[in-house]
Amino acid sequence: MSWIDICGTEDIPLRGARTLKTALGCVAVFRTAKDEVFAASNTCPHKGGPLSEGIVHGQSVTCPLHNWVFDLNTGQAQGEDGSIATFPVRVEAGRVLIDAAKLLARSAA
Amino acid sequence: MTQKLVIIGAGMASGRVIEQLVETSPEAFDITLFNAEPRGNYNRIMLSPVLSGEQTYADIVTHDDDWYAAHGVTCRFGEHVVRLDPEMKLVEGQNGCAPYDKLIIATGSAPFIIPVPGKELPGVITYRDLDDTNAMIEAADKGGAAVVIGGGLLGLEAAAGLAERGMDVTVLHLMGHLMERQLDEAAGYLLRKDLEGRGITIRTQASTKAIIGDGRVEAVLLESGETLPADLVVMAVGIRPETRLATDAGLTVARGIDVNAQMQTSDPDIYAVGECVEFDGHLFGLVAPLYDQAKVLARTLLGGRDAFVVKDTATKLKVTGCNLFSAGDFADGPGREDIVLRDPAKGIYKRLVIEEDRLVGAVMYGDTADGNWFFQLIKDGTEIDELRETLIFGPAFQGSATADPLSAVAALPREAEICGCNGICKGTIVDAINAGATELGAVRATTKASASCGTCTGLVEQLLQVTLGDDFAMPTAQPICGCCDFTHEDVRRLIKSQELKSQEAVWQELGWKTRNGCHVCRPAVNFYLLADWPLEYRDDPQSRFVNERKHANIQKDGTFSVVPRMWGGITNPTELRAIADAAEKYDVPTVKVTGGQRIDLLGVKGEDLPHIWADLNRAGLVSGHAYSKGLRTVKTCVGTDHCRFGTQDSTGLGIKLEQILWGAWTPHKVKLGVSGCPRNCAEATCKDVGIVCVDSGYQVGVAGAAGMDVKETERLVDVPTEAEAIEWTTAFVQLYRENARYLDRPYKWVAKVGLDWVRDRLADADERARLVAAFELSQSIYRVDPWAEHARQAERFQPLADLTLEAAE
Repeated sequence: MSWIDICGTEDIPLRGARTLKTALGCVAVFRTAKDEVFAASNTCPHKGGPLSEGIVHGQSVTCPLHNWVFDLNTGQAQGEDGSIATFPVRVEAGRVLIDAAKLLARSAA
Repeated sequence: MTQKLVIIGAGMASGRVIEQLVETSPEAFDITLFNAEPRGNYNRIMLSPVLSGEQTYADIVTHDDDWYAAHGVTCRFGEHVVRLDPEMKLVEGQNGCAPYDKLIIATGSAPFIIPVPGKELPGVITYRDLDDTNAMIEAADKGGAAVVIGGGLLGLEAAAGLAERGMDVTVLHLMGHLMERQLDEAAGYLLRKDLEGRGITIRTQASTKAIIGDGRVEAVLLESGETLPADLVVMAVGIRPETRLATDAGLTVARGIDVNAQMQTSDPDIYAVGECVEFDGHLFGLVAPLYDQAKVLARTLLGGRDAFVVKDTATKLKVTGCNLFSAGDFADGPGREDIVLRDPAKGIYKRLVIEEDRLVGAVMYGDTADGNWFFQLIKDGTEIDELRETLIFGPAFQGSATADPLSAVAALPREAEICGCNGICKGTIVDAINAGATELGAVRATTKASASCGTCTGLVEQLLQVTLGDDFAMPTAQPICGCCDFTHEDVRRLIKSQELKSQEAVWQELGWKTRNGCHVCRPAVNFYLLADWPLEYRDDPQSRFVNERKHANIQKDGTFSVVPRMWGGITNPTELRAIADAAEKYDVPTVKVTGGQRIDLLGVKGEDLPHIWADLNRAGLVSGHAYSKGLRTVKTCVGTDHCRFGTQDSTGLGIKLEQILWGAWTPHKVKLGVSGCPRNCAEATCKDVGIVCVDSGYQVGVAGAAGMDVKETERLVDVPTEAEAIEWTTAFVQLYRENARYLDRPYKWVAKVGLDWVRDRLADADERARLVAAFELSQSIYRVDPWAEHARQAERFQPLADLTLEAAE
């Protein structure tokens, strides 16, 4: 694991998301009502909708294009055959850290 | 690998194919759908209630624009297909070619036109689609005499509908009794009597010789030499498969397009489905076998194995207000016996045809409740020897002392067909109920039973009752979504009465089952809170859909559109220069003039939004809210300023209204129009609120529509002064904000509460003043430019970090 500090929790809107550009494409970093932070692919596997623009509810996000609902813990789409990649993140002293190993790996290879 | 699938014809059969494909394997095909009609799939079985005025087109839409968009279907509606090229695998439409990997022909059927002189006169129409239905409705509005040629199902439905709309209707039928293919003489007689009771004249054994008229239909001439005056002639003598494209493309065509049991035509990459096909010598007109074909075809396309077989179908006929049922073979013959029950006073007739101790046919009129039970006996070939004494009284009298209304349904075997349209049997429905589909909507969603023509809704509800016993409550209103047990109306009422002023209060006090709602309920609750408690609660952007949070419309490629406000459609060189500069500076690929009298900049990148807004703000331009459930535009004409017909300053009034109303959130979008005279150049009479200026003052109309539905406004009030026009308009918008369900446009809301209720509330001067004051209070918060606010937080529109750079280091 190699943790990178990407932002403060406050930089992400409550029940909202911001994006992160990576070698694997755009990653969305979500913040729930209870200040939990999740990171997952920003791209809906259905029609490529930007998930960071979706409504964040509970520990889920709804795609803004066609309302696919993803569980942010597993990346699994509810009632659909599809899922998004999720990435390890943790919050320490109000800072959001993401595991860069997985994100940087491919470009290094 | 996604294949290109082109479908010609958006009818019920191809609609079902698409449903099955996108449900099973949404990525398998990139679907392009051609339809000659300028609309998608609707429930054609229900055109008769539309004709008679019981339902509207909106009620019978199966797939709307959103559905096609949600499933990625490219729609080319209103475009005729000119030619197929099986060599090049191309479909040539009027507006260009579409290549395919697989092609489905679903062109349906065309009405048969009897070859008599005058058949092409204006005023002679057929009865196949919505346009025909609308043409009949329009003709009926003028009144007069209608002649319907053809006493089959379609002809009689047309006749009943036209009579309902006040026309003087005569039906001409070539044969001895009505609907001779489905009914025996006795039932045909009862049907005739019923229809005559409604003022329809029936002429059997009547043959048409010519249709007469000078430039337009005037009369119908019979072989007998008699002439019947006619302002409208409906030709409903039958249909034939529409096979022209297939024939021209060299496919094998007999009466219909020849297909095998996998619905494949003589070209292996071309399939056909629906009324246009011929299979094993059979043609198809009822919906049940078409849905079977659709299922087989979808499975075949996805690489599965399935085969279409022709099944017996029972007919439950829907001549509005008449109950008819027929199944099997009911012709007289040696060795056949009849059991007949007649109750003339109630208009009931039942006839069972028995051959060798088995039921072979059934015809029923007036009371058709036991039809499915009889149909099952026919299909199973059940020996009826022991039942014979009481057979005609139906399942309620078989081995049971009491005649429980539910026992007929309870007595049906698992294989008994409940929903004829979709071919769903009792066992499937009971299994679905036991698996948790405990109300009608859920049964419809999981099994499709009662989701087409709806005549079996009662049966499905009885099955729910039989299966669930006391746990089943007859359906009441639907909750907003799975997160709660309350309807929209309940939630609105409780937010007011319990003074719930935050989302958290709503979740807690109303027992929400989820942490903070979902994408369905949270936007609604957010609106209800901000409308009822403008000072205590503030709009929550995170509970709004992307467009309203971003203050721009997201486009399919992820870029956005930017529409600055042009008050009343008036602009000036400075504003235009600023728009032109912005379009150049941010490389805007498309600049379009909108229908709401302003300019749309399409294709702006998300991260550029705050900058383009800041630039536009500097020239005095603000958000046009072209994305919001709020005031969109006030369309105006030039009124007395320039027009020689103008009666009032319509532009000035439009600008005033827009400046009062802009920024306010409403349940759905709101569009206004102000016309300076009754010539109505601003098209005010199809707006949510439309004002038409006249010499004596202002006619305020509300609840118009010009989208999915087209509806003229209804007159709310006539007022002499501009100030009163503004007061009534503002009060109406506030009443709508306080009472409507989220996502109901004003016309939907007014249809629910009634214009009289709205007018009564607004006619009360105190209430009107309260509404205006409440609106102004809310506007003290929301009459601001969201672009200016967002432009100040430009960094929120940028990515948090760019790890691709770090990776490179």
